[in-house]
Amino acid sequence: MPAVQETVDRVRQIDVDQYRYGFETLIESDKAPKGLSEDTVRFISAKKNEPAWMLEWRLEAYRRWLTMTEPQWARVNYPKIDYQDLYYYSAPKPKKTVSSLDEIDPEILKTYEKLGIPLREVEVLEGVVRPEGQRKIAVDAVFDSVSVATTFQKELKAAGVIFMPISEAIREHPDLVQKYLGTVVPTSDNYFATLNSAVFSDGSFVYVPPGVRCPMELSTYFRINERNTGQFERTLIIADKGAYVSYLEGCTAPQRDENQLHAAVVELVTHDDAEIKYSTVQNWYPGNSEGKGGIYNFVTKRGDCRGNNSKISWTQVETGSAITWKYPSCILRGDNSRGEFYSIAISNGHQQVDSGTKMIHLGKNTTSRIISKGIAAGVSQNTYRGLVTAHRKATGARNFTACDSLLIGDKCGAHTVPYVEAKNSSALFEHEATTSKISEDVLFYCVQRGLSQEEAVGLVVNGFVKDVLQQLPMEFAVEAQKLISISLEGSVG
Amino acid sequence: MSLLEVKDLKVRVEEREILHGLSLTVNPGEVHAIMGPNGSGKSTLSHVIAGKPGYEVTGGEILFRGEDLLEMSPDQRAAKGVFLAFQYPVEIPGVTTMNFLRTALNAQRRARGESEFLVPDFLKKVRNVAASLNIPMDMLKRGVNVGFSGGEKKRNEILQMALFEPAVCILDEMDSGLDIDALRVAADGVNALRSPDRAMVVITHYQRLLNYIVPDFVHVMSKGRVVKSGGKELALELEASGYAQFEDAA
Ligand SMILES: Nc1ncnc2c1ncn2[C@@H]1O[C@H](COP(=O)(O)OP(=O)(O)OP(=O)(O)O)[C@@H](O)[C@H]1O
Ligand SMILES: [Mg+2]
Repeated sequence: MPAVQETVDRVRQIDVDQYRYGFETLIESDKAPKGLSEDTVRFISAKKNEPAWMLEWRLEAYRRWLTMTEPQWARVNYPKIDYQDLYYYSAPKPKKTVSSLDEIDPEILKTYEKLGIPLREVEVLEGVVRPEGQRKIAVDAVFDSVSVATTFQKELKAAGVIFMPISEAIREHPDLVQKYLGTVVPTSDNYFATLNSAVFSDGSFVYVPPGVRCPMELSTYFRINERNTGQFERTLIIADKGAYVSYLEGCTAPQRDENQLHAAVVELVTHDDAEIKYSTVQNWYPGNSEGKGGIYNFVTKRGDCRGNNSKISWTQVETGSAITWKYPSCILRGDNSRGEFYSIAISNGHQQVDSGTKMIHLGKNTTSRIISKGIAAGVSQNTYRGLVTAHRKATGARNFTACDSLLIGDKCGAHTVPYVEAKNSSALFEHEATTSKISEDVLFYCVQRGLSQEEAVGLVVNGFVKDVLQQLPMEFAVEAQKLISISLEGSVG
Repeated sequence: MSLLEVKDLKVRVEEREILHGLSLTVNPGEVHAIMGPNGSGKSTLSHVIAGKPGYEVTGGEILFRGEDLLEMSPDQRAAKGVFLAFQYPVEIPGVTTMNFLRTALNAQRRARGESEFLVPDFLKKVRNVAASLNIPMDMLKRGVNVGFSGGEKKRNEILQMALFEPAVCILDEMDSGLDIDALRVAADGVNALRSPDRAMVVITHYQRLLNYIVPDFVHVMSKGRVVKSGGKELALELEASGYAQFEDAA
């Protein structure tokens, strides 16, 4: 049997058991009644003790959402979602605000332990001799709808960095939240973003004051646990003048037969000379070998380079979800601002990925760079969708785009859909795209040297995505590398 | 017991028989040279021994230390000590040679139930081997064979052979693309690996290589069979008179 055929067959066998994070945590939870109505929105807002302006904001979004229809343009197919058959809020009981890790349900802590997420700062701190270059990471853990723990609060506070659940920020820093929330992704932006605006439950809020370089990586781990529960996080990150922050996001969910909805919104704002680096390793449950179950991941992520010389960089490793609909984008408003998008999107089994980016050049001499690596295996479909535009005033705008697709087997598909639009003649856009099949000769070379077929595929794919992996912070890169191999191997990790 | 025994091997590729009953016995410590015109099936033989997919064995068997080699996956064969230096080594972009060498070596060791090499020990080993083959360490930081010259690719094959210390080394035209000096360095590398426990099968078109790597046996292949076997003088004979005399025998 030819090597590739063997891989294809193995990959086809991908089963629920092979999703490492598919365990469920048995805890009691506090849910909103099933379905979506104004009452649901009010329920969520009340649960969060929100000020009136926040409730109004949500209700407005909800009313708007009622007038909208689900977008159909992406290359993804799924049965109609019944929005009345979902829970929109679920919090682990007891639902009091937690101020220390000891107050968290030990079952939840165990979950994070299984996920390998260092919630207990002590452990991190006690690793006194840290290997060279390894930094501390502050973690905000979101369990279903609420943030359960944010670590390293003291150290961050000393630096003036605000890093807390957005539900807390709404109460404690209403001025900041009001000033920025919805200014990058307006409530009316798109169907899923509008839905999120109405029912978002939690997420992270970060504010880095002028001139401050955040002393550690900030990280959020999202975990969907409850059955039939949509997760709608909202993340808002602001880097004030000359500030810098690197933010990591990770996601997992238990394996379930039914599909779970995830519709997040992430907004980033950089002022003059500021920089935000946002990295995601997305490993939601992709569904079983027949394509049953898995997360529907409809995410709106957008960054606004509001100030001059500011920079926003998105790096994503997408390995999970049944459906991924995601286009982290940059609005390059400030002169000389820069947007970057580095992406690895892997689809296997029955997964459908439609992902890419938008670079909107508004300011002068703005630059952007897009490096996208799509890997399709099994019977999956993998689409890169990109938009690069230069406004009339964006003189000297530059973009470089490189989209490479790698196919494993002949039942999957890779598609590249680039849109380019320059409204001034000085803009310079370059686009390169390649599609190739994983080479049988290369795989054989590897196995002749002792690698198993699966290791060989993992090695070749990791080589293929190297340019992007290099953009990730060290700790994440190692994790991502393993994840890539696992998601393609179909072996138990 | 023989190290490698190919018995009456018949192989098809895409419905066409390429090897028509080929036999070859290789004992520990021996060096065998295989010569033969283009298309006679030399690479095919080496691929089937190594377990490359796409070949259908329709008859005969291959034994490795008495075990059925054809039953083993290619990586199992590698771990047991079957090494093939390719006629056309492939490029693997984005995977540094160093990383590749370590991954492969440790995969083999794991398969044999041996402990994996730690980075410092591994580095020391690579440094020594690379130095003996005139391979600069900088080259090993590049992607596997990516942008390597033809000669560099071949030297990289010998490097791996030296590193993995296999039991049977099959060298498919390791001399093609090498200049005189590189040929000598590579041949020295191969000779350094000659040992009473190890065997070599050297596939070549040129007698010149056999001046450096002196074989115990020379086999002439034609149209999918071994048509003549002899000592090293057979290579000289071929050099003088060509393959025409064997065409009929095949
Ligand atoms: N995958 C394949 N599909 C079809 N024919 C093949 C395939 N592989 C080998 N062959 C044929 O088998 C025959 C033997 O090829 P092989 O590469 O083994 O010859 P060789 O002796 O190594 O030649 P050379 O000296 O040129 O390297 C040739 O006729 C070749 O065309
Ligand atoms: Mg050949």
